[in-house]
Amino acid sequence: MTQVSDAVQSQVEEQTPRRKGGFLRTMEIDLRVFGMVLALAVILIGFGIKTNGRFLEPVNLVNLAVQSVSIAILATGMVLIIVSRNIDLSVGSVVGVVAMLYAQLMARVLPDIIGFDHPLMWVIALAAGVALGAAIGGLQGFIIAYIGVPSFVVTLGGLLAFRGATWAVTKGVTISPVDPTFKLLGGGPKGSIGGTASWIVGLLVCVAIVLFLVSNRRQKQRFGFPVRPMWAETLVGVVGCAAVLGMVSIFNAYKWPEALAQRHAEETGTTIPPGGLPAGIPWPVIVLIGVTIAMTFLATRRRFGRYVYSIGGNPEATELAGIKTRWAIMKTFILMGVLCAVSAAVATARLDGATLDLGEGYELYVIAAAVIGGTSFAGGIGTIPGAVLGALVMASLSYGLSFIGMSSPIQDIVAGIVLIAAVGFDTINRRRKK
Amino acid sequence: MSERVPLVEMRNMAVAFGGVHAVDDVSIDLYPGEVVGLVGGNGAGKTTLIKTLSGAHKADSGEIFIDGEPVAISTPRDAKALGIETIYQTLELADNIDAPGNVFLGRELTTRLGNLDSSAMEDATRKVMGRLNPRFETFVVPVESLSGGQRQSVAIARAVHFNARILIMDEPTAALGPAETKQVRELIRQLQQEEIGIFMISHDIHDVYDLADRISVMLQGKLVGTVNKGDVTVDEILAMIILGKKPEEVTQKDIAQLAEGGLAVG
Repeated sequence: MTQVSDAVQSQVEEQTPRRKGGFLRTMEIDLRVFGMVLALAVILIGFGIKTNGRFLEPVNLVNLAVQSVSIAILATGMVLIIVSRNIDLSVGSVVGVVAMLYAQLMARVLPDIIGFDHPLMWVIALAAGVALGAAIGGLQGFIIAYIGVPSFVVTLGGLLAFRGATWAVTKGVTISPVDPTFKLLGGGPKGSIGGTASWIVGLLVCVAIVLFLVSNRRQKQRFGFPVRPMWAETLVGVVGCAAVLGMVSIFNAYKWPEALAQRHAEETGTTIPPGGLPAGIPWPVIVLIGVTIAMTFLATRRRFGRYVYSIGGNPEATELAGIKTRWAIMKTFILMGVLCAVSAAVATARLDGATLDLGEGYELYVIAAAVIGGTSFAGGIGTIPGAVLGALVMASLSYGLSFIGMSSPIQDIVAGIVLIAAVGFDTINRRRKK
Repeated sequence: MSERVPLVEMRNMAVAFGGVHAVDDVSIDLYPGEVVGLVGGNGAGKTTLIKTLSGAHKADSGEIFIDGEPVAISTPRDAKALGIETIYQTLELADNIDAPGNVFLGRELTTRLGNLDSSAMEDATRKVMGRLNPRFETFVVPVESLSGGQRQSVAIARAVHFNARILIMDEPTAALGPAETKQVRELIRQLQQEEIGIFMISHDIHDVYDLADRISVMLQGKLVGTVNKGDVTVDEILAMIILGKKPEEVTQKDIAQLAEGGLAVG
């Protein structure tokens, strides 16, 4: 019986080699990313059931999303670092030092020079932070790529040195407040784009999805390559757009607190719609979406990304192909430094200032997010959307556990177990495939 | 052949690792449409010598001429710019990337905006594979999951797609089965017709004897000699590889000794 069905099965597979693997293969969906989405859904629904639905209220989902942003931004860069067989342990300390620069500039230095409410203050601060991040990343990257000191050692030194530098410069005091425009990056009702704008963004993303699918299909047809059947193509588009609009509706279901909405309405001369004033998508989430798209593009559609992956797959072959591998490695660290500056901006804005311990321990969560998201320490394997999902999984777990009243130590224990379990599962899966 | 300008001429090449002379004052040359077999035992210096031509290793001294012009080759990029392509024994593929990605590694096709044009690369790879290995059909999976022969096809496709004039093949058939070996041989004949010069490196004379026009033998970093294949027998070349003596220097006693130890050597 089994033999007969096996024989039939293999015959079918021979006839349609491209369809092997069934539905998911036909849809051309990355199995790993699909698994991550599933895991995330299970976690969210699990906590939802446990709390009789309170966990799934918009305010919690929005908070959760905003909380994961700083780690998720860093995880997108960590993927490229780990894919090229390196590691960056210094990200938390670099976030700390850049955050301190932001706060110092906006609370103490710039007000004396250009005045307190200068409209360009946030731009100057952000530019300085990105420049510092890139310079630190460039320095570490140069030592790693051109001098040849292992990245583990260089960035371990960086972890200590940059935390120490922050401490030395600020004498350990908290610096506050930041520029009001800069503060929008931290989210909250004021730091969100509003209901109407959220729908517009959602629709634009839907248009982008459709355009992307169409151009991809045209490109393949131009060369006569096989394409997805039309129903599958449509399904991908519909599911993608539905997911985007669903998320927008969650963000819009999150309303301004009444008193705050009242004051806002008076200040801007608008009226509050019945049912409350929707906050919409928080700015930090917009930043994360932008970073994710840009980094995915860089990793999959640009030469730089291709070289990072080929270095991870076979460094000697990449060198022999005439590629400047050292420069590519250095660039991954510069990019990581810039992402540290972006992540620090979100964290500083949320706190409305910088503390000495800002970013402490980030490196561990960032590496965990990348690894849970399918990045392999052997090099050459890992995706940016996977790492962002990994960061969301970690954030949902810790937010959920604290929501049901678990203490911090328990949260850490669970995070550790999940990390090992995720990688263990992956290892077994990969071995079975071979 | 002597009145023609050699495609490649390597004069007095030397490479030392610490105090060890891996390549010691070796001169070889190659003409268009010619296959030169470079043979010798393990550690004879064949691969090191050829790496100075492919740009993977710098020579300590010596000169390289392409079409009679002196050239400086210090990186793989320099070599590729001169039309020198290399197929390494280890193939040097990025296992996590698909076949088109490997064929175009370092020379990706891009759109006007500088984005990778995967479809154009896949199309070009399909065309070159149609010539080299028509049964090759796996263009969208990482090359890690391909068979030895398919991986070899990818490495060869990468070398020949960019109009190579000089091809270096290091142990090209060592990892292949009989059918795949036959395929590689047919390919080499075809490339010869296209006036490409080929260096074939092997530790086993039988691998190169059929295909080579001339054979250069190395032993312990030195060139024993270069012979026209028609002038010598396989046994005479074996004597060169093992004893380091040219055919005219080999005595009957040497041959007898070789015959006794022949099995151990072959």
